[in-house]
Amino acid sequence: MQAALLLPVLALLPFAGSVLVLASPNAQRMRAVSLAAAVVVAATALALAAAPAVFAGEVLHWRIDWMPQLGLSFGFRMDGLAWLFALLIGGIGMLIVLYAAYYLDPGDPAARFFAFLLLFMGAMLGVVLADNLLLLVVFWELTSLASFLLIGYWSHEAEARQGARMALTITGAGGLLLLGGVVLLGHIVGSFDLEAVLASGDLIRAHPLYPVALLLVLAGAFTKSAQFPFHFWLPHAMAAPTPVSAYLHSATMVKAGVFLLARMYPALGGSDLWFWTVAPVGLVTLLVGAYIAIFQHDLKGLLAYSTISHLGLITLLFGIDTRLAVVAAVFHILNHATFKASLFMAAGIIDHEAGSRDMRRLNGLWKSMPITAVLGTVASAAMAGVPLLNGFLSKEMFFTEAVGHNSSAVMNFLLPAGALVAGIFAVAYSVRFIHDVFFNGEPVGLPKTPHEPPRFMRLPVEVLVVLCVLVGLFPGLIIGPVLAVGAQAALFGGPYAPLPAYKLAIWHGFSLPLAMSMTATAGGVLLYFALQRRFNLHRLARLPGWLASGGREAFHVVTEAKLRTARVVTETIENGNLQRYLFLLVAVALLAGLAPHLGAGPAPASAPVAGTPLTFGVLVIWAIGMAAATGTTIVYRQRLLALLLLGAVGLVVSLTFVYLSAPDLALTQLLVEMVTIILMMLALHWLPPESPREASRLRQVRDFVLAIGAGAGVAALSHALLTSDFDSISPYFLRTSVAQGGGANVVNVILVDYRGFDTMGEITVLGLAGIVIHALLAGFVPARRPAPPSAEPRSPFLPLIARLLLPLAVLLSLHLFLRGHNAPGGGFIAGLVLALALILQYVANGRQWVEQRLRTDFRAWIGAGLLIAGAAGIGSWFFGAPFLTSSYAYWALPVLGAVPLASAVVFDLGVCLTVVGATMLALVSIGRLTPPEGAPR
Amino acid sequence: MNWPHWIVVPIVLPLLAGAALLLAERSRPALAARLSLAATAAQLLVSIGLAAQSADGSVRAYLLGNWSAPFGIALALDRLSALLLVLTGVIALAALAYAVAGDAKSRVDLRGPHFHALFQFQLMGLAGAFLTADLFNLFVFFEVLLIASYGLLLHAGGAARLRAAIHYVSFNLAGSALFLVAVSALYGIAGTLNMADLAQRVAQLPPESAALARSAGLLLLVVFCVKAALLPLYFWLPATYSAATAPVAALFAIMTKVGVYAVARMYTLVFGADGGPVADLASPWLPVLGLATIALAAVGSLAARSLRRLIGYLVIASAGTLLLALGLGSRATVGAALFYLVNSSLVVAVLYLLADRIGEQRGEHGDLLAPGPFGAERNLLGAAYFVAAIAVCGLPPLAGFLGKSLLLVAARDTGHAAWVWAIVLASSLAITVSLVRAGSRIFWKPIEPALPAAATATSSVQAMALGWLFGALLINAAAAGPLARFTGAAAEQLFERRPYIDAVLGAQPVPAAVPIREILGGRPAKDEP
Amino acid sequence: MTVEFVLAIGLGVLTAAGVWLLLRERVFDVIVGLTLLSYAVNLFIFLTGRVRPGRPPIVESGLAPTLAHYADPLPQALVLTAIVISFAMTALILVIALRARAETGSDHVDGAEPADDAAGQRER
Repeated sequence: MQAALLLPVLALLPFAGSVLVLASPNAQRMRAVSLAAAVVVAATALALAAAPAVFAGEVLHWRIDWMPQLGLSFGFRMDGLAWLFALLIGGIGMLIVLYAAYYLDPGDPAARFFAFLLLFMGAMLGVVLADNLLLLVVFWELTSLASFLLIGYWSHEAEARQGARMALTITGAGGLLLLGGVVLLGHIVGSFDLEAVLASGDLIRAHPLYPVALLLVLAGAFTKSAQFPFHFWLPHAMAAPTPVSAYLHSATMVKAGVFLLARMYPALGGSDLWFWTVAPVGLVTLLVGAYIAIFQHDLKGLLAYSTISHLGLITLLFGIDTRLAVVAAVFHILNHATFKASLFMAAGIIDHEAGSRDMRRLNGLWKSMPITAVLGTVASAAMAGVPLLNGFLSKEMFFTEAVGHNSSAVMNFLLPAGALVAGIFAVAYSVRFIHDVFFNGEPVGLPKTPHEPPRFMRLPVEVLVVLCVLVGLFPGLIIGPVLAVGAQAALFGGPYAPLPAYKLAIWHGFSLPLAMSMTATAGGVLLYFALQRRFNLHRLARLPGWLASGGREAFHVVTEAKLRTARVVTETIENGNLQRYLFLLVAVALLAGLAPHLGAGPAPASAPVAGTPLTFGVLVIWAIGMAAATGTTIVYRQRLLALLLLGAVGLVVSLTFVYLSAPDLALTQLLVEMVTIILMMLALHWLPPESPREASRLRQVRDFVLAIGAGAGVAALSHALLTSDFDSISPYFLRTSVAQGGGANVVNVILVDYRGFDTMGEITVLGLAGIVIHALLAGFVPARRPAPPSAEPRSPFLPLIARLLLPLAVLLSLHLFLRGHNAPGGGFIAGLVLALALILQYVANGRQWVEQRLRTDFRAWIGAGLLIAGAAGIGSWFFGAPFLTSSYAYWALPVLGAVPLASAVVFDLGVCLTVVGATMLALVSIGRLTPPEGAPR
Repeated sequence: MNWPHWIVVPIVLPLLAGAALLLAERSRPALAARLSLAATAAQLLVSIGLAAQSADGSVRAYLLGNWSAPFGIALALDRLSALLLVLTGVIALAALAYAVAGDAKSRVDLRGPHFHALFQFQLMGLAGAFLTADLFNLFVFFEVLLIASYGLLLHAGGAARLRAAIHYVSFNLAGSALFLVAVSALYGIAGTLNMADLAQRVAQLPPESAALARSAGLLLLVVFCVKAALLPLYFWLPATYSAATAPVAALFAIMTKVGVYAVARMYTLVFGADGGPVADLASPWLPVLGLATIALAAVGSLAARSLRRLIGYLVIASAGTLLLALGLGSRATVGAALFYLVNSSLVVAVLYLLADRIGEQRGEHGDLLAPGPFGAERNLLGAAYFVAAIAVCGLPPLAGFLGKSLLLVAARDTGHAAWVWAIVLASSLAITVSLVRAGSRIFWKPIEPALPAAATATSSVQAMALGWLFGALLINAAAAGPLARFTGAAAEQLFERRPYIDAVLGAQPVPAAVPIREILGGRPAKDEP
Repeated sequence: MTVEFVLAIGLGVLTAAGVWLLLRERVFDVIVGLTLLSYAVNLFIFLTGRVRPGRPPIVESGLAPTLAHYADPLPQALVLTAIVISFAMTALILVIALRARAETGSDHVDGAEPADDAAGQRER
C-alpha cells in the first residue's frame, strides 16, 4: 500500500537532512536553518499525510530485512500511538527550529547544532516508529548519543561536558539493560516483531522469566524518563542550549521512557509486579520532583525538576494500570509537552534578553516584557492545573484515578494523598515561577536591560500557549480524536477494542477530584507565599545535598572511586614486570599439563615397552650434561662461565644425537652451537660481564619451586612417551624416499621434499632474523668501549692457516651440499660450513682484509636465496604439478662421480644461500660494531 | 578461476614480493613502496576470489610437493580460512597505504630499513597460518609471522619499542617452545602431524595415551591463548601494541585473531565434540577465562592514561569476547564470534590509525588522555573518533552492536547465559564510559594555547586509508545479513568436520607429476604397496 | 635403569635449569635460559621418535624400510627445522638486548634498573 511508503521516508529524512546540514559551513547560518526547517516541515507534513489511514484504524507497515539471523528487520509501523508521537516530534520540532534560529549566538557553530538536532529527531522518530524491538533499541541508543552531543554542544563549559557524560552514562546503561530485556522478550515470544510481542501478553506474563524481562525493560524506561532514583542526570542536562532543553529534555526524548511504557503496556502491563514497581516509582518521582522544584533558584532548574515530577505523574498513571489511567497518561503526555516546551522557551527568552536565569535577580519583568509575561503566566497556570487550561483536564483525570483506585489499604491511602500533596507543590512552584519572575519588586543588577524578544522568537511560545488554552476550552473538539487513536493503540496494540467511556469536559459537576483541585490550588498559593514571607525563599540555602542533587554526588563519588580502583587493580596485576608474566606463563602451562591427570587417579599402565639397556657412555655423558645445566643456574652471574657450561650442554645434546642415530642433527647442532656461542661472545662485549645480585630472595625460592615443577612435568611426559608404543606415518618415508624422493638420506628428503614447505618457512625465519639484526645495528654506534677482542695474542700462522683452509672449506661445503640427498649433509649444513669458514677469515685476517676481497651485501644473498627457493617451488606449476613438487635424475659429474640432481637441489641451493647470508649478516653486523674513537672506557 | 594453484598464492605471492623487496628496497625505495602496495592489493583480490570459491561450502585441499596427506603438507581452504584471509587483506592494504603516506620525512616506511619486506613476510605468515592443515607447519608459520612482527614492532627504533620488544619477544619465544613440546608430544602419541589425520587418530586413542593427548591439547591451548591474549597471558599486549608505529599496530589487529583462529580450528576439528577421549577439551576453561578477561580489560580501559593503551585493552576485551563465544561451543555462539571478529578487527585498526592522527595533531601532548592543544582537524577527527568509538563499544547502529546482540541471543541457550549477559553488558558500559572520558578530554576540554606548536596535517593518502576502513565498517553494518549468513555457514562448516577430513585425506596427487620424473630420466616411481 | 629413564631425567634437569634462568631479571640470563630450553625442546622432539641407537635413517638396499631397521626420520627433520628457528630467534633477541642496553642504559628485562621506576612508570 502507498501510505506505508512514507514511513521509511519519514524516518530517514532527518538523518539525510542531518548529513546535508553538517556539510554546510557553519558560517552560512541561514542555509543550515532553512535546510533544517525544510526537513522538520516535511516530516510533519508526512505525519499529517498518514492521518487519514491512522484515523481509519489502519496500521501502516513497511519493512526490509537487515539481519535475519538476529531476527532484526529494518521496518517501521505506524499506529495511533506512533502517529501521535510522530506528530508531537514534528510539530514541536518546527517551533524549536524557528526558535533556535534566533536563540543561538552568531559565535555558535549553527550547522553542527541543527545537524545534531536533526540526528536526534531521526532517532526519536525511529524509536516511535520501529516495528522491531531490536530496531527500537538501536534508535533508543541513538537518541542517547544525540542528546550527549547536544548537551555537550558548548563543550568549552565544564558543566556541559559533565552533564553530557552523566546523561550518556545513565541513559546508556539503561539502554544496555533494555537490550537485555528485549532479547529476553524475543526469547519468550520467539520474535522481536512488535506485533507478535504485543499480541502475546499473556504468554509473556505467564513466563518464568517475565519478572526479569519486565525489570530490565523498566530500567530502560526509568533511566530515560529520569525516574527516581535515576532522575539526577536531567537537571544537569540543562547545561544544553535552551532549545535542546525544551525539545529533548521536556517534550520528546524524556518521553521516550513513558512512550516505552505505553508501547509495551499490552505486553507487560496488567500484572501485580507491574503495578508494584511502576506505581511506587512514579509516585516517589512525582513528589520528590515537585518538592525540589519549589526550592530552585535557576529558572531552568525549576522547570527541570517540574519535568521530572510530571514524568513521575505519567509513570504513576501507567502504573495504576486501569484503562482510563492509560488514557489520562497519554493525554498528559501531550499537555505536558505543550506547556512545558513553551515554558522552557519563555525561560530561554528571559535568559536571552535579561542575561540571567536566577530568580533572585529576575523580578518584575512584566513591565519590561509584558507579552512574554502573559505567555509565561498562562503556561505555568496550565502547569499548575488551573481550570480552562489543558493541564487542568489531565490532572482532573489523574485525581479521579487516584481516588478511584482500589488495590490495598496502603495504596488506597497513599495515591490520593500523594496526588493532593504533589498538586499543592506543583501549584507552589508554578506560582513562584510567575510571581518571582514577573512581579515581586524590581530586577536586581541584571547584566542586560530586559526587553521583548524579536517577533519570531516569541511566535513558537505563542503557538503553544494558544494550544494550551484551546485544548483547555474545547478539549473534545481539539484533542478528542487524536487522544482516542493514541490511547487505543497504547491500550490494545493489536486488534482494536472500544475505549472505556470517558468525557473530555471542563465541568463534571461537583466531585471529589474537583475539590482536590481546588484544595491543591489554594494550598499551593498559600504554601508559596508562606515560604516567601516566613523564610524568604531567596535566602533559603539549597536543600540538603542528597535531596537537592539526588544521586549526583553519589554519581561523582562512584565514578571517581571506579577510576581509582581501576588504576590500582590494573597496575597491581599488570606491573610491567616480565618476570611475573613469564612466571604466569610457565605456571599456566604446568597446570594445563597436569589438569587431565588430576583426580583421574593413576593412568592405566600402557603396554610395557622393553627399555633400552643403559650404557656407561650415556650415563657419563648425561651426568656431565645435568651437571653443566645445573651449573649454569649457579654461576649464571658470571656470564662467560655460564656460556661455557651452556656450550657443554649443547655438546652433550649433539653427542646424544650421534648416539641415537641422527648424524644430520648432530652435525647441525654442533655447527649451530658454534655460531651461537660466537654470537653470544660478541654480544657480551657490549653487555655487562656480570649480573648484579638479585634483591628478592622470595622470588628466587618461588622460581625454584616452579622450575622443579616444570622439570618434573617434562621428565614425566617424556618418560611416558618413551615407554609407550605408537603407530607413526614415518614408514612411508622410509619406503618411498629413494623411489619417489630420489634420496637415501630420508631426513634430507623430508626437509627438501616431503616437508619442503616447512623448510621454506624456516629459511624465511632465518633470513628475516638476519635482516632484522642488520636493521637494528645499521648505523648503531655503541657508547662504551668493550674489552678489546684483539687483546689476546694472535699466532702469526693463524691468518695463513685460515687462508689455506678457505678453499678446502668451500670444497667441503660443496661436497656436503651435493651428497646431502643421500648422506648426512644438505644445503643447510653446507651453508653453515661455508659461513664458519668465512667467519674464520674475519677472525684471523680482520675485517678490512675480508671486505676488500669479498665485496658483497649479504642481504642480497638472503633475497636471492628466498627467490630461488620460491622459484623452485613455482617451477612445478609448469608441469601441472603442485607447488614444490620435486623431480630428480642422476647426473655424472667429473670429480664427484654420480650425484643425484633432484630438482629439489635447486631448492636446497636457495636454502644454502639464505643460510650463508643470514648467518654472515648476523655475525658481521655484531662484529662490525666499533665504539667512536676516544670514547670513555 | 579453476586453476588449481590459487590456494597457495596468498603464501607464495608475499614470499616472492618480500624477497624481491629485499633486493629492491635498498636501492629504489619509491619502487619498493609501489611493488609492496601492488602485491598487497593483489593479495586482497586473490583472497576475495578464494572466499568466493569457499562460499559453495566445499573444502578445497592442496597437496604441497604433490605428496598425499598425511605424509606431505596439505593446505585446506574453507569459509573460515577465506574469511580471515580477506579480513587480513582489507586491513593490510589500509595499514600499508597509511605507512607510505605523506612526504619523505613523515613516511612511516622510511623510518627504518626493510619495512616493506617485513610487511610482506608478515602477510605470508598470516596466510600460511590460516591455510595450513598441518600442525607443525602451523608452528612454522607462527614463527614466520612472529619474527616479521618483531621486525615491524622495532621499526623506527627508540627505547620504548626496544623495551616492549624484549617483553614481546621473550614471552613469545617461551610460547614457541611450548608449542613445539605440544606438537611433538601429539606426534609421539598419535604418530601424525596432519590435522585431519590427527583428528581421526586421537578420537580412537586407548585410555592410557588419551590422558597424555589431553595434556598436549591443553598445552596447545595455552600457546594459542598467548597469541590471542587471554587472561592471564595478555599482559604483554597493551605495552607492545602502543609502542609500535601506527600502521604496524593496525596490522597487529589481526595478530590476536590468529590465536583465535587456531583455537576455532583445533578445538572443533581435533579436540571438538567428536574428539572421543579428547572431546571438548577447551570448553571448561574458555568461558570462565574469557569472561574474566573481558572484565579485567574493561577495568584496564578505565585505567588507561593514553589513547593507544586504551585501545590495547579494547583488543583484549574483544579477544576475550571471541574466546568466550568459542568456548560456549554451540554453533550459534561460534557463528556470532566469527561475525563479531570482523568488526572488532576492523575497528581496532581504525582506532590505532586515528590515535596516530590525533597524536600528530596534538604536538607534544600526543595521545595522552589529558587536555591539550589541538590542530585544525579537531572536528573532523572528533567525528571519526565518535564513529569508531560507537563501533568498538558495541553501540548501535554499527556492527559492534549487532555482533554483541548476536552473541547475547546465542548465549541464551548455553549454561552460562546469566554470567555472559551480566559481564558483557557491564563491560560494554565500562568501555563506553572510558571512551567517552577519553574523547571529552581530548576533543572537548579547551586549553591555551588552542593550537599546538607543531601539528602535522592528515595527508590525502592517510585520509584514504582511514576512509577505506570506515567504509568497511559501514558495509559490515549495512550488509550484516549476508555477512552473518557467511559466518554462520563458516561455523556450521567447523562443526561438520567430516568433509574437512575427507577433503584433506582424500585429495589425490596429480598424476602429471610422474612424467616429469621420467623426462629427467629417473627410475620409474614404485607403486605403493 | 634404562636409557629412556636417564634421558627423561636429563630433559627434566635441562628444563628446570632453563625455566629458572628464564625467570631471572637480566636479559642475558634469560637468553641463556631460553637456549637451555631450546636444547631441551629439540631433544624432546627428537625423542618422540623413541630411542633407537645405531640405526640412522639412511636407506640401504636390502634392509627392509621399516622402523625396526631405521630410526624415525620425521622427528629428526622437525628438530632440524626447530634448531634453525631457535638459532635465528636467539641471535635476534641477543641483538635486541644489546641495543636495548645501549638505548635504556640497563640490561634489566624491564628496561630500567629496579631503583629508578621512571621508565616503568612511563610504560604503564
